[in-house]
Amino acid sequence: MLNRYPLWKYLLILIVCIVGVIYALPNLYPQDPAVQISTTNGSLGSQQLDRVTQALTDDDIQVKSAAMTGNNTALIRLDDAEQQLPARDVVDKALDDKYTVALNLADSTPSWLTSLSAAPMKLGLDLRGGVHFLLEVDMDAAVEQRLKATASAIRADLRDERIRYRGTDVDDNALHLEFANSEDRDAARDQISQTFSEFQLEDRDEGRRAYLDMTLTEQSIKDIQDYAVQQNLTTIRNRVNELGVSEPLVQRQGPSRIVVELPGVQDTAEAKRIVGATANLEFRLEARPDTPDAETETFPFRNGSQRTATLSRDVIITGDRVSSASQGFDQNGRPQVNINLDGTGGSLMNQATRTNIGRNMAVLYIDHSTDTRTVTKDGKQVEERIPTTSRSIISLATVQSALSNRFRITGLDSPTEASELALLLRSGSLAAPIYFVQERTIGPSLGAQNIERGIFSVLVGGLLVVAFMLIRYKAFGVIANVALAVNLVLLIAAMSLLGATLTLPGIAGIVLTLGMAVDANVLIYERIREELRQKTLPQQAIHAGYGRAFTSIVDANLTTLLVAVVLFSIGTGPIKGFAVTLSLGILTSMFTGIMVSRALVNLSIGGKPLKKLWI
Amino acid sequence: MRQFDFMGKRRIAFIVSIALTIVSVAALALLNLNLGLDFTGGTVVELHYAAAPSLDDIRSLLANSGFENFSVQTFGATDEILVRLQQTFSNDVGNQVVSALSSGNASIELVRAEFVGAQVGDQLRDQSGLGMLVALAGVAIYVAFRFQYKFALCAIISLGHDVLIVLGLFALFQWEFDLTVLAGIMAVIGYSLNDTIIVYDRIRENIRLSRSEDLAQIFNEAINQTLSRTLATSGTTLLVLFALFFLGGDMIHNFAISLILGIVAGTFSSVYVAAALLIVFKLERQDLIPVKKGEVVDDTP
Repeated sequence: MLNRYPLWKYLLILIVCIVGVIYALPNLYPQDPAVQISTTNGSLGSQQLDRVTQALTDDDIQVKSAAMTGNNTALIRLDDAEQQLPARDVVDKALDDKYTVALNLADSTPSWLTSLSAAPMKLGLDLRGGVHFLLEVDMDAAVEQRLKATASAIRADLRDERIRYRGTDVDDNALHLEFANSEDRDAARDQISQTFSEFQLEDRDEGRRAYLDMTLTEQSIKDIQDYAVQQNLTTIRNRVNELGVSEPLVQRQGPSRIVVELPGVQDTAEAKRIVGATANLEFRLEARPDTPDAETETFPFRNGSQRTATLSRDVIITGDRVSSASQGFDQNGRPQVNINLDGTGGSLMNQATRTNIGRNMAVLYIDHSTDTRTVTKDGKQVEERIPTTSRSIISLATVQSALSNRFRITGLDSPTEASELALLLRSGSLAAPIYFVQERTIGPSLGAQNIERGIFSVLVGGLLVVAFMLIRYKAFGVIANVALAVNLVLLIAAMSLLGATLTLPGIAGIVLTLGMAVDANVLIYERIREELRQKTLPQQAIHAGYGRAFTSIVDANLTTLLVAVVLFSIGTGPIKGFAVTLSLGILTSMFTGIMVSRALVNLSIGGKPLKKLWI
Repeated sequence: MRQFDFMGKRRIAFIVSIALTIVSVAALALLNLNLGLDFTGGTVVELHYAAAPSLDDIRSLLANSGFENFSVQTFGATDEILVRLQQTFSNDVGNQVVSALSSGNASIELVRAEFVGAQVGDQLRDQSGLGMLVALAGVAIYVAFRFQYKFALCAIISLGHDVLIVLGLFALFQWEFDLTVLAGIMAVIGYSLNDTIIVYDRIRENIRLSRSEDLAQIFNEAINQTLSRTLATSGTTLLVLFALFFLGGDMIHNFAISLILGIVAGTFSSVYVAAALLIVFKLERQDLIPVKKGEVVDDTP
């Protein structure tokens, strides 16, 4: 008998191999260290690029190329990675602050490969350096904030309807309204039940006082929390974009967490301040002297003086209504923030100021911060979070005329503070406070070292396996080694195609795959040897070897795949990377171990009558 | 080819296995795992010195700067220093440590700073334990489905044995157990299972082919037939793992150790524990060749 594959099988294998080579190829082109320039409101074109290139050349920095990569982004490639940091400073100095300058690693994939949408694997933070944050959204605070906002809306509603109430109070998941008598309460309930359907309403009487308890339903609590995480995700994304980091990652993880990865960023302090900032603004009118105490709140001024002012509890608008903000200076050279409100915000502001000319309006600066303290409780170290909210007035000014959607805020300490406030207002506020639960900074030198060592161990490990197979299986060892090489190419191609991120454990996964990938061939060859010992004819031995080893190979690999999938589902970050490599490696090694090696055997010796096998 | 009488020596093997398991359990119970930052929470700062510093100097500098509950050790090379802090990550601990240590006129570079909240660590610990159990259960179901429940039971015991021994050795030598080691152990489960399945596959095939009632003899043949494959694959895998161990750098050192230990244990257990246990569990020919559909095969009371 002879061992032959039908033509279509050879073609299929050939096509898979060619596709594999094409998509693995971009990984061979090294990435260029680069500086990326982007702008949102400045003009960027050849004029600016020439100026930057000139400045770099004056500073003895070799520029490989400078080109526009989009309407508002440009990329300057450099020859030397060492010059990347100085180059950024030079570019930053050459351009004004309308431009964001960031470090980048630019792919140098040739255009014919890019047109096939082939791209190299992305490198994880442990390989290229950068910052990794894990943020937790404070879910209780999200609910509480929503309740407070609802309380404010209800007060306004009740006043409009001329229903008298004594006060409002918020505690966990519930809002309590207090009335002088039950008639007022019943009227209020009718009013509230129409507009706020997410609450369960319940009457409660204590002595002569009548209360209305409003409790959030389970579902609406979930909705609020979900909204808070989504909203924070959007806000953090906006902020990260303002930071000018190339290829940032902002992703939801689990029900209440957000992962932020900023490759290339080394200044964690700045990144942390911007990502985690919870500052917001509220605009409120100063309370009239005759306003009842239940409707007012007293706040200190921010500039440290003992002065305080009593403001109405009702908020005209918050910073969320700001559509754009920029930092500037007033005629006296003091920092200010110029604000544009969106449509709703503009009309709310207009309504409130039109009827209150001559009264004072305050800008209230709100900052939620969380102090973490480690305390020892029952012999165990426990973290305690103490949330603090500081509210202070940054300016109190008389309303001279009805305000529209454009105005400015003064009373800030420094230009830096003004520009950060502008950034925060632009990117939107966080719907709920967040705190950092995990943080990793990896220096660029460690990243480079990890890549170098990783690649070196892949090479050494691979060569050892190749040598082993040659010595043990001779001619068939050559075939197994070709299959192994194809396996490596296919694995890299699959990872590039899927856009998987290569991490250090991922490299370890590749090395491990190299060791285990030959298993299929080992199984087959041992079977062939056995058959030969039983004096089976060579071609029949090959056939039987491949056939009988098949179920063992499938069983063994499927169970390993099962474990890899479990690992993928529990792991995070680097561990996921390892699980992905392992799973893909199992699939590709089954293909190469069974199909590719068989095709090679069939092609080379399958058609000839043989007396002996070199195995 | 020479035939080894594996099953004849199974009592000795059992004694070795049980002894190792007892040592492992004792090490885990008495010494505990030296859990890494990923699981305990806390802060780690890695620094690179231009010249190898004295650890005592670093300790006194840190103590003078008001740090508490810290440990200082070298990491891979004498000029790489790892500082561990219990305290939580306030703003920018990495740079604080660098500035505290820079006062000693040393040139220092911050290599990495990591912080993990205690809560995250706890969660990860629960999740990892659960993950391992899910993996084992999934494997058991697959093996029970493809083979038979006695095979599944023995495979699980054998996998548990491997995992326990690796964990025990990590506890005994107080090697740091971090997330990469967990990944390594999961890979060990996959790998050791691979070995076990190959042996089982051969046992099943031989039971179906042979008419002999001497199961120990059938097992011996199956193990001998798969032995060269088992050794060859373990060999190649160990080769690449040693490459990783010696060349891969400090961050995956322990990962490589866990796999090397796991593969040695896995190879041993797929021969002795997994196969020999089948005899203990009284595997019968009928278990694989059902006489009648629906018949209860387990006759133990």
